[in-house]
Amino acid sequence: MKYLDEYRNASAIQQYAQAIADITTQPWTIMEICGGQTHTILKFGLEQLLPTHLTIIHGPGCPVCVTAIETIEQALWLAAQPPVIFCSFGDMLRVPGYDRDLLTLKAQGGDVRTVYSPLDAVKIAQANPDREVVFFAVGFETTAPATALAVHLAQQQQLTNFSMLVAHVLVPPAMEQLLAAQNCQIQGFLAAGHVCTVMGYGEYETIASRYRVPIVVTGFEPLDIMQGIYHCVQQLEAGTAQVENQYARSVQPQGNLTAQSFMQQVFEVCDRSWRGLGTIPNSGLRLKPSYAQFDTAQRFALPTGKPPSDTLENVQENVNDNANSTCISGLILQGLRKPYQCSVFGTKCTPEHPLGAPMVSSEGACAAYYHYQSLTHSHPSTSS
Amino acid sequence: MQDNPEFNTPDFNCPLPLHSTDHILMGHGGGGKLMQQLIEGLFLPNFNNPLLNQRHDSTVINLGDTRIAFTTDSYVIQPLFFPGGDIGSLAVNGTVNDLAMGGSRPSYLSVGLIIEEGFPIATLEKIIQSMQAAADHAKVQIVTGDTKVIDKVINRNHEKSHGSSLFINTAGIGIVEHKMTLAPRSIQIGDVILLNGDLGRHGMAIMALREGLQFDSPIVSDCAPLAEPILALLEQGIPIHCLRDLTRGGLASAAIELAEAANVEIELTDDAIPVHDTVRGACEILGLDPIYVANEGRFIAIVPPDTVEAALSILHQFFPQQACVIGQVRSKAPNIDRGYVTIRNSLGVKRILTLLTGDPLPRIC
Ligand code: SF4
Repeated sequence: MKYLDEYRNASAIQQYAQAIADITTQPWTIMEICGGQTHTILKFGLEQLLPTHLTIIHGPGCPVCVTAIETIEQALWLAAQPPVIFCSFGDMLRVPGYDRDLLTLKAQGGDVRTVYSPLDAVKIAQANPDREVVFFAVGFETTAPATALAVHLAQQQQLTNFSMLVAHVLVPPAMEQLLAAQNCQIQGFLAAGHVCTVMGYGEYETIASRYRVPIVVTGFEPLDIMQGIYHCVQQLEAGTAQVENQYARSVQPQGNLTAQSFMQQVFEVCDRSWRGLGTIPNSGLRLKPSYAQFDTAQRFALPTGKPPSDTLENVQENVNDNANSTCISGLILQGLRKPYQCSVFGTKCTPEHPLGAPMVSSEGACAAYYHYQSLTHSHPSTSS
Repeated sequence: MQDNPEFNTPDFNCPLPLHSTDHILMGHGGGGKLMQQLIEGLFLPNFNNPLLNQRHDSTVINLGDTRIAFTTDSYVIQPLFFPGGDIGSLAVNGTVNDLAMGGSRPSYLSVGLIIEEGFPIATLEKIIQSMQAAADHAKVQIVTGDTKVIDKVINRNHEKSHGSSLFINTAGIGIVEHKMTLAPRSIQIGDVILLNGDLGRHGMAIMALREGLQFDSPIVSDCAPLAEPILALLEQGIPIHCLRDLTRGGLASAAIELAEAANVEIELTDDAIPVHDTVRGACEILGLDPIYVANEGRFIAIVPPDTVEAALSILHQFFPQQACVIGQVRSKAPNIDRGYVTIRNSLGVKRILTLLTGDPLPRIC
């Protein structure tokens, strides 16, 4: 923990806060892309240490909340099939489909198991040859190599009862989509350190020069983030737009080549629909045809598209009641609004009753604001 | 530059109308918001009476001239054995501690066993012996009991389980030997929050075991009886205003419950809260916050500021170098009409703590 303590050192963080204040001469808007960083910023209250004209906005970097509702519905359908043992990371269990989540389904009799690694799911498949084991493969480039390794192992062991519902998403195409929008306010990016640990930052160099935006590869501890912001402001003030690496203790320019080769062996890039952001070209990973036997779609007749009409009506009603008129998640995920600027934040929309994706997982921006509210942003639920 | 017309259109909004659940979820037992909803929405309105409505770990009842504390708890832990204890010692200590939190001297326990057919008698014997050892240590007597055997649990694939389930209920009676009211309503502005030791050991010991996490030194549960130190505080004249053990939901949930009941702000100081390095590391790996993790041997005592030194010196006899001040009771901000807990970090930033929705879930990355 000594290593971590170094990056939580209060006086070093305060020194960076002062340094940022010293070099900031005009208003700037910087987006951190990753939900883990959002979590740290809110948990440690870093925004409160920054100059008021420096705005930090939060990106769509929470893999849990950007997983499309159709994919969640497929997960729920799979988990309800009696022969299936459905394996998922813990924080996907609370993400609602149209009318229930995996935790509810578990309570209704589904065999839903929390795993910490896709390899655990492979072990479960080995131990239960008469059951169908499905792993819900979600996450960014960070979790994809372990998924690839699991597929590889399953193939080596010639498992015939193991498959995956793959919903991996890629960060750079989402950043490009945000930058390409006309109402984009992002002037600088903190790129997600963990993603770059795997992928390196070659792709970010293209984005930085194409959109004239400084990008600082940044870690997840409070000091990392303050340093990332400092380097970003330095570039903004100097009018430069380059990729810098704050997280050099973990990130190499070319990333982790072994992990990348595993991914390339198993996955190919595809278009992917993101909850709250729509379909982003080339922003997902799916299994290559040579690994089709591990694709859930090959083993099950998965439901596709919209839910049955009666559910749909309910949903539409709710959309009209709640989301269309009130939930501003699209704006939140683009960083155009802060969660506390949503009229139902903390009242009609809470982690127990989320009306939008950013309230779902603890790394979603709305949930992070809800859990780590400061007294100044205290939401009405505390006074209900 | 192109606008993305699809942002925030109906197609791109994210309607997530998760209706309130019509089934019990695991989270309903997690000590967080779901459980609070169950208690406030179902149990209190139906069982409604002034003693229950006090919502304390144990209820203090006047029987003629004698005041007794009365409590019950059930233990459903898996695995049955863990570093630092087992379901038997846990079932005794847990109830002893609930009695102690009412400021009483734990005296008599009952034990209800629900055993799945096929359960090994040798294992049961070990657990029963462990219960008696814990009772001896806590100076309580197990004076009545009950045993039920249930059929093997059948899962949805019509397979029978392996007969490995054992559930224990314990209830207890303690004698209150003083005139004080140890309850949230006795909490005063300016009171100081004392904690007897480091947080998160029990929850992380269980989680590490379940998830097969390996550490250089294993995390050992803090499972222990707490009556002795509390009786020592009371006997030496510390006018304790309120006590709470930090079981499910950890320090955060306990403090929130007390702050809401007393309608005050409880301000905690992050740096002052002790967490062992291994526990902190395990929490980091799993994305959990140690202040929400369960303990089985930790409590907070809320005492008047002028008694802090005396109270600490008594606690240090039982928890050398561990007992410490972690916060204070303040009057709450006028714009918030419900009591709440804040935590101030080393950067001087203060934020409000919220109850978890259900069980803490480890995050992906
Ligand atoms: S608070 Fe809820 S309703 Fe408002 S934007 Fe966030 S998720 Fe949507």
